[in-house]
Amino acid sequence: MSSIIIWTVAVITVLGLLLALVLYLVAKKFKVEEDPRIDEVEKVMPGANCGGCGFAGCRAFAEAAVKAPNLDNNFCPVGGNDTMAKVAAILGYEVKAKAPMVAVVRCNGTCGARPKVNEYDGYASCAVKSLLYTGDTGCSYGCLGCGDCVSACQFGALSMNPETGLPVVDETKCTACGSCVKACPRHIIEIRPQGPRGMREFVSCINKDKGPVAKKACANACIGCGICAKTCTHDAITVEGNIAYIDPAKCKLCRECEAMCPTGAIHGVNFPKPLDKDAVKERIKIRQQKAKEAAAAKVKEDKKDE
Amino acid sequence: MNKNTFAIGGVHPHDNKISRECAIQPLPLAPTVYISVAQHIGAPSVPCVAVGDKVKVGQVIAQPGGFVSAFIHSSVSGTVKSIGPRADLAGRPATHIEIAVEGDEWAEGIDTSDTLVTTIPDDAKAIIEKIRLGGVVGLGGATFPTHVKLSPPPGSKCERVIINGCECEPYLTSDFRTLLEKGEQVVVGAALLKKAMGDVPCTIAIEENKPEAIAHIREVIAKLGYKGIEVMVMKMMYPQGGEKQLIDAVMHRQVGSGALPISVGAVVQNVATALAVYDAVQKNKPIVDNSVTVTGECFPRQANLLVRVGTPLRYIIDYLGGVPEEAAKVISGGPMMGRAVANLDAATVKGTGALLFLTEKQTRRAPESNCIRCGKCADACPMGLEPFLLNKLARAKDWDAMEQNAAQDCIECGCCLYSCPAHIPLLDNIRIGKGAVMGNIRARAAAAKAAAEAAKAAETAKK
Repeated sequence: MSSIIIWTVAVITVLGLLLALVLYLVAKKFKVEEDPRIDEVEKVMPGANCGGCGFAGCRAFAEAAVKAPNLDNNFCPVGGNDTMAKVAAILGYEVKAKAPMVAVVRCNGTCGARPKVNEYDGYASCAVKSLLYTGDTGCSYGCLGCGDCVSACQFGALSMNPETGLPVVDETKCTACGSCVKACPRHIIEIRPQGPRGMREFVSCINKDKGPVAKKACANACIGCGICAKTCTHDAITVEGNIAYIDPAKCKLCRECEAMCPTGAIHGVNFPKPLDKDAVKERIKIRQQKAKEAAAAKVKEDKKDE
Repeated sequence: MNKNTFAIGGVHPHDNKISRECAIQPLPLAPTVYISVAQHIGAPSVPCVAVGDKVKVGQVIAQPGGFVSAFIHSSVSGTVKSIGPRADLAGRPATHIEIAVEGDEWAEGIDTSDTLVTTIPDDAKAIIEKIRLGGVVGLGGATFPTHVKLSPPPGSKCERVIINGCECEPYLTSDFRTLLEKGEQVVVGAALLKKAMGDVPCTIAIEENKPEAIAHIREVIAKLGYKGIEVMVMKMMYPQGGEKQLIDAVMHRQVGSGALPISVGAVVQNVATALAVYDAVQKNKPIVDNSVTVTGECFPRQANLLVRVGTPLRYIIDYLGGVPEEAAKVISGGPMMGRAVANLDAATVKGTGALLFLTEKQTRRAPESNCIRCGKCADACPMGLEPFLLNKLARAKDWDAMEQNAAQDCIECGCCLYSCPAHIPLLDNIRIGKGAVMGNIRARAAAAKAAAEAAKAAETAKK
């Protein structure tokens, strides 16, 4: 009896050792030479494998970063500047710091402002809904409210607000990976710079219908009136196709457009003080008055010179 | 009795033809009609009237916007009030021509009498040209311009014309009533289509749940004495009215993936299209009206109405006593493939075949549960696809794998969704994937075309 056990153990051990030797030799013979830096880079990556960088995952990003001549086209939005500095240190490249970004929902068609014109009782998916028709409100551009962006977010940064029916971005969790941007069939989510101390101004509407049509569908819609663009002294606002857009690179956060917007489509977030609309309007009025007077005076002077 | 049906898949929904006894009656003219310029597959038509113009019934108001496109005629006489965007059934803006109705004056050259013209013109080309001028499109639902379908690409030959009288969608009865009341015209239309395709044999396929129509059409064929037209009785099965399914059922031939029916020698036309062909060729009457079934268990006044194209849905419903209180959903078309109407102010188009009212109980969707791998969807799929797999792939957004699994062949009949015991929204997800796959295929075709053209240009430059 005991001899059987001894024999079994002996045979298995010898077999194991032999196979290990074979494996060792094969591994030696067919070893794939790989840049050791790929492993190093992968180690400093966030490991979320979200695909926000445009590659299939963190390893794919690491391989691409090692192969690339510089890091201009490779940026990990999740890790941000810290991670990229580490990657650059490993690879000996220089990296330009990018402004931290955040997802911004460009629809403020709340349930109250945007009345329903029909009931949707199909499958609760924005992609399905947008394929079937223009949605259950009069606005054919705005949020469909089924939460495809919420399920696309791997960081738990998005949630639906049941009161407004719109998605809310948790800025502390958002990594600006862009999954929600891809998931939204209406393209209402934009990745924008976070702004200094998180302060930023943006037009929270993408309705390209003409003013009266947009207004009828949603009380909060941008009607493309252009008052904001006229008010802006920094040339940051463009109105194209009945919709205003604030260029984050040019915006100086003076909040004048926000005060002047007749429908409240322009939103300012994370400002320390609430906006005193009347005061700002007064300020703009005085400035415009002065400008008018100055222009009139100049015309007079020109005439005198003649 | 020899009963034919297609070889794979299919389901048996209850046919619910509750409006089958209602004769087709004309709907009084609406005060205003809105005629869309995009009521067919292909390029939208281009309006050729101006605001303020006086138009007559049957007058051309929009020209075809491309090869695959159709003429659009005024369905009423009156004044053009506006030309501009208006929400269609799904709420999407499309260009509509608004016409205020004044009287009912028909354009010259249109024969509005009831006399049956049975002489078939000899010239096939002339028949197709008249069909083109009549703005005839496939009225079975897809609204594909008929003259394009009747002009097969060089090298392919038609061997049989099939007139589709299956009406396999539950509830719908307009084709059935057309067969009963205008059987003569349909048979003459079939003879015209047969002539246009080069005197090939013609089969009128009717499902067995319409025995009156089968008997009547057989009688009419015997009376009119046309040779080569026969009635084929089909076993009841959904989606028998699908083009590829019907070809399989009648000719036992399978249309390949991405191929046209003409590749197996078949041309399929709906009963209503055959009637429109008769009107266009024999009476010079373009499509200005079509029959619409208005039905539903909760709808008190069932009806089959002859409705002028562009009549607002609300007008039709108000004429029949308004939307019933218990109705929760209005569907344009049948319950299987029809689409819920988001906007009752929308106007009918040539392809509008039915308005169906469903109660909340009838439209309720049971909550989705996990796939139990029963394979019912794959059994039911008439195209031989695997809906459970396509559903998974669509959720994973794996469009390439979807293409390998032939998502582009899906005919969106809804059999998978109907048969799924777990209530998984199979079709909803597959439709998304199908859209993406079709987009990829089109993009590849366009790229290949551009590359070929560039190569050609380079060659000529060399010379």
